Amino acid sequence: MPDPIIQLLGVSVRFGRQQVLSNVHLNIFAHETLALIGESGCGKSVTLKLIVGLLQPTEGEVRFEGKPLHAMRERELVAMRQRVGFLFQGAALFDSLTVFDNVAFGLRAKGLKRHEDLEPRVRRSLQDVGLTIAAETKMPAELSGGMRKRVGLARALAIEPDVMLYDEPTTGLDPIMTDVINELILQTRAKRPITSVVVTHEMRTVQKVADRVVMLFPQTRLQAHEPQLIYDGPAAGLTTCEDARVRQFVLGEARDRLTDNREAAETA
Amino acid sequence: MSAGALEHSLPEIALEPAPPEPGRGLFASAGDWFEGLGDWSIFSLRAISGLWSQHLKSRELLRVCVEVGVSSVGVVAVTGLFIGMVLAVQTYSQFHLIGLDTSLGAVIHMSVIRELGPVLAAVMLSGRVGTAMAAQLGTMRVTEQIDAIACLGVDPVKYLVAPRVLGCILMIPLLTVLANAMGVLGSSGICLYVFHIDDFHYWEHTRNFVKRFDLLSGLAKSLVFGGVLSLICCHRGFHCKPGAEGVGKAATEGFVLSFVAIMFLDFVMAMLSTTLANFIWPAVGAKVA
Repeated sequence: MPDPIIQLLGVSVRFGRQQVLSNVHLNIFAHETLALIGESGCGKSVTLKLIVGLLQPTEGEVRFEGKPLHAMRERELVAMRQRVGFLFQGAALFDSLTVFDNVAFGLRAKGLKRHEDLEPRVRRSLQDVGLTIAAETKMPAELSGGMRKRVGLARALAIEPDVMLYDEPTTGLDPIMTDVINELILQTRAKRPITSVVVTHEMRTVQKVADRVVMLFPQTRLQAHEPQLIYDGPAAGLTTCEDARVRQFVLGEARDRLTDNREAAETA
Repeated sequence: MSAGALEHSLPEIALEPAPPEPGRGLFASAGDWFEGLGDWSIFSLRAISGLWSQHLKSRELLRVCVEVGVSSVGVVAVTGLFIGMVLAVQTYSQFHLIGLDTSLGAVIHMSVIRELGPVLAAVMLSGRVGTAMAAQLGTMRVTEQIDAIACLGVDPVKYLVAPRVLGCILMIPLLTVLANAMGVLGSSGICLYVFHIDDFHYWEHTRNFVKRFDLLSGLAKSLVFGGVLSLICCHRGFHCKPGAEGVGKAATEGFVLSFVAIMFLDFVMAMLSTTLANFIWPAVGAKVA
């Protein structure tokens, strides 16, 4: 098996009293598409932010190509980030910049200054996500949710990253736009070798894009010393998994949860 | 539904701070305060280092200068004018009783140029521009725009804070000069045309007492105020808590903390400038005293 490009080694994250991640071990291999699933609050988005160094783990370490992020100098961290594209949940477009300037932002940070150099790269990125030249001059406030996600994706892809991180790329979109985004994730991988981590709740996205699926369980609902990572395998194995918690999540069954809640209420 | 059941059905991250342990509240607060001060100092150093970075764009700096300077002209001019007029009205009766009407110019103009002009410009800037900076950066934090900047390999502190700090430092002396001029105009208008004080002696006393050093010390103060208030407001915006309430709180904290800092620094610099003036010109110091 090749060396992993990203490693989470015994990673724990705590915000005040709230333990979000506890002793998580995860390897992400080059050129695979990993889907990270789990209930709200289980630490999926936190995991993505740990990978790119936006958050520091309380315990454990995160490694990129074998090098711990905490040991990187600022210049190394910047160089690493310029190899990682991040599609944020709400797209995180810069309000005060046009679509063109949003997409060109990462390219300018990499040293491309001249408009003649920027324009073809920006246009190609916009075309890759199905947007026309007419969108270039628009402000983010003028775009629909789906268009914002596509511009966010174009901005992330413009820097030609080796790793793409998608934070709930289809949340809040209609089924057609959800499929458009899924197709774009597939197209991105087909065009050139890229490692992708997709955080999602959508099982259709998981089935369509993932080579491997990892499921995290919320720390608040675990027994002591239970591992937080409760599934690591192919998407096809989710529905037949021995662990009932995995099957319940995949099938969207909440009956047991309601019973648990009533029992907890009666006990309280 | 009980709290236990709610916890099971809603496992979202709760970020509210833990209640302090009995007897540790005071120490914990002091610890938090020093931690906050240390964090602000590191943030400020990063922002200041951004003044020499390639990320400082002239277009962004110009935009901030217009927002800070040009847009604040009206409000600073009006408040400066009224402060001068109010000072004249409030002090006239006292000075008139002891026959020192013509000394009013010296007293009011000294107060305006040394203290009120710089402080007034800084407070107006803090209220009008500082809160806007805190809210704007807070919204960028909440909508993950600051994270997106970092992910694209740009230091968000250098990129977002450095032009705002430099814009405030460049514009606040000009606003202070405007506040001074309007304060002098307002007080002179009331003294000379409402209370009919003799204009020759009024201006003669002003010339004798208000020196270039007073103007320069006021402008030096304003530079410090501009830098500190912008750093405080930007820091609050960067550390904004999620949601509309978080953004509102960041703006309020930005104004309150920068206002307190302006008052504290004004006191410290007043002491320093007075000591310096007495050291350089002992005779002038004795005359003022």
